[in-house]
Amino acid sequence: MKIESASRQNETALKNIGLDRRGMIHYLRRDWQLYLLLMIPLAFVLVFKYAPMSGLILAFKNYKIAKGFWGSEWAGFEIFREIFAKHDFGRAVRNTIMLNGLDLLFSFTMPIVLALLLNEIRSVRFKRINQTLLYLPHFLSWIIIGAIAYQLLSESNGAINNLIAMMGGDRIPFLQEDTHWLISYLAIGVWQSMGWGTIIYLASISSINPEMYEAAIVDGAGRWRKVWNVTLPSIRVTIVTLLIMNLGKVMEGSFERVFALQNKATTEYTVTIPVLVYRWGIESGNFSRATALGLFQAVIGLVLVLAADRIAKKLGEDGLL
Amino acid sequence: MKTSGSTLAVYRKRRFDIWDVLIHLSLLIASLACLLPFLHVVSKSLSEDAFVIANKVFIWPEGFTLGAYEKIFADDSIIRSLYVSVLVTVLFTVLGMIITICAAYPLSRKQLKGRTVLTFIFMFTLYFSGGIIPEYMLINNLGMLDTIWSIILPPAFSAFNLLIMKTALSSSIPDSLEESARIDGAGHFRILVSIVIPLSKPIIATLSLFYAVGRWNTYQDALFYIKQNVDLRPLQLKLYYLVIQASESFQLESTQVSLSNPEVLKASCVVFATLPIICVYPFIQKYFVQGVMLGAVKE
Repeated sequence: MKIESASRQNETALKNIGLDRRGMIHYLRRDWQLYLLLMIPLAFVLVFKYAPMSGLILAFKNYKIAKGFWGSEWAGFEIFREIFAKHDFGRAVRNTIMLNGLDLLFSFTMPIVLALLLNEIRSVRFKRINQTLLYLPHFLSWIIIGAIAYQLLSESNGAINNLIAMMGGDRIPFLQEDTHWLISYLAIGVWQSMGWGTIIYLASISSINPEMYEAAIVDGAGRWRKVWNVTLPSIRVTIVTLLIMNLGKVMEGSFERVFALQNKATTEYTVTIPVLVYRWGIESGNFSRATALGLFQAVIGLVLVLAADRIAKKLGEDGLL
Repeated sequence: MKTSGSTLAVYRKRRFDIWDVLIHLSLLIASLACLLPFLHVVSKSLSEDAFVIANKVFIWPEGFTLGAYEKIFADDSIIRSLYVSVLVTVLFTVLGMIITICAAYPLSRKQLKGRTVLTFIFMFTLYFSGGIIPEYMLINNLGMLDTIWSIILPPAFSAFNLLIMKTALSSSIPDSLEESARIDGAGHFRILVSIVIPLSKPIIATLSLFYAVGRWNTYQDALFYIKQNVDLRPLQLKLYYLVIQASESFQLESTQVSLSNPEVLKASCVVFATLPIICVYPFIQKYFVQGVMLGAVKE
């Protein structure tokens, strides 16, 4: 036992002065069981995550099914030039950034407001029932949400339009006209995520030192002063970190959300990058073009995440990586 | 924390002002906004066609009938989808947990040589991937298109869940505990099976639910990979095709009114597909909240 701990100490001492000369064999012998365990997940990652990356070569080739992956001719950046010139490409980029940007404006702020409101509730039971109901939409698939949305918002027989018509108003094409669709899309996003998003803020609020509030009360602070001067500054770090994380994701897009809510009547805002990749690649079989578009998105996404991480670290936060 | 709540309550108890009323009211509205859509769909599914066609059903069934559900249970393809979904979810969850534990335990041990590099290999997949088409071609090349393996194997490794598991293991299993087990002659396998897994039951439960609910709800990969073999469509994808029909029939609406009403059937399909989640929701909610907190520790 003594020997073991002594050798451990020795090891760390050696490591500290950079003299750990023991070969990999020593560690393999000592921890072979750990390495063996790692083989399983490693195999999965290599096959299903890294192997597809080699398929990105398609973006630089003129892929023809008859010629196969290797037989197809190299195209350099020709495919990229081709997609940049497409009308759909510009629209998809605009839509992706716009939908995510507007989401950031509404879906990001709503949980903060809700968390502050929930924090003002004293009755534990009222709070718990509210939380249970508010978390519920997060557990539903986008298909179910989309189906419910059509049940409620359809122009000719949706429940909300029925209500409007009953009260003598005009039916509104919530999901069947471009601008209305955009607003519905955003509202449904807020609805789906507002409750779930409060969890992190509520946790952050609950760790505020209660003495801060007591001191504020002694200083004569009312309800809103306490929120403004104690609660909000205390959760600022959480807000900033989450904001930066979300900014890094502005080029990503939920395929499932757009796809479940789209329909043939609205085409202006429903074409986002992942949807276009699906249409070009899987529906039309133009693999090179779709791969190039996917790669374009992935590279910009990676750059944005790295930039977000850098900014977070500069601001003194933990960073994301 | 609890005591602080009560001291604050003493300060506040004296007044219940207009703001309190407004705050309660706005939360009530938000919660109702989450609840009423379901009530409406459930009511519709239990109503008679005539009332639904007349647009008279809101949040209470009119002319109560279970007819639509009888049709669903008589429809083999829907029941088959449910079966596929259950099978896929169970297999996927078990496989996902095995992979996560096999990766998280070694990576949470500080003594593991090459830990940084290995961790990077796993975590990099969180930020960059081949994308839809290269993955599609891989599945195609492996001959997994139109099999259930195409929606079980590729997503079984989740870097995000690994991150949570790793964080939980390195904080809940102290190195000293492991060291003393080693001195007693236990190998890593033994430590994993008789110490680490029993001690991490809560986090294993949480992550299993992450995997299970995630798999149950995702339809994107099934949409891509299960094309010809319609028998293998999971429930969500099946529902998608019903929704698609709904959106495609928008233009034909005026001509379709005379036909038997599909709205009731659609509503009952939605309820049918939501029910499994609603049934387990009260029990799993708490685990999910814990999972979110663990994920937030390092992100």
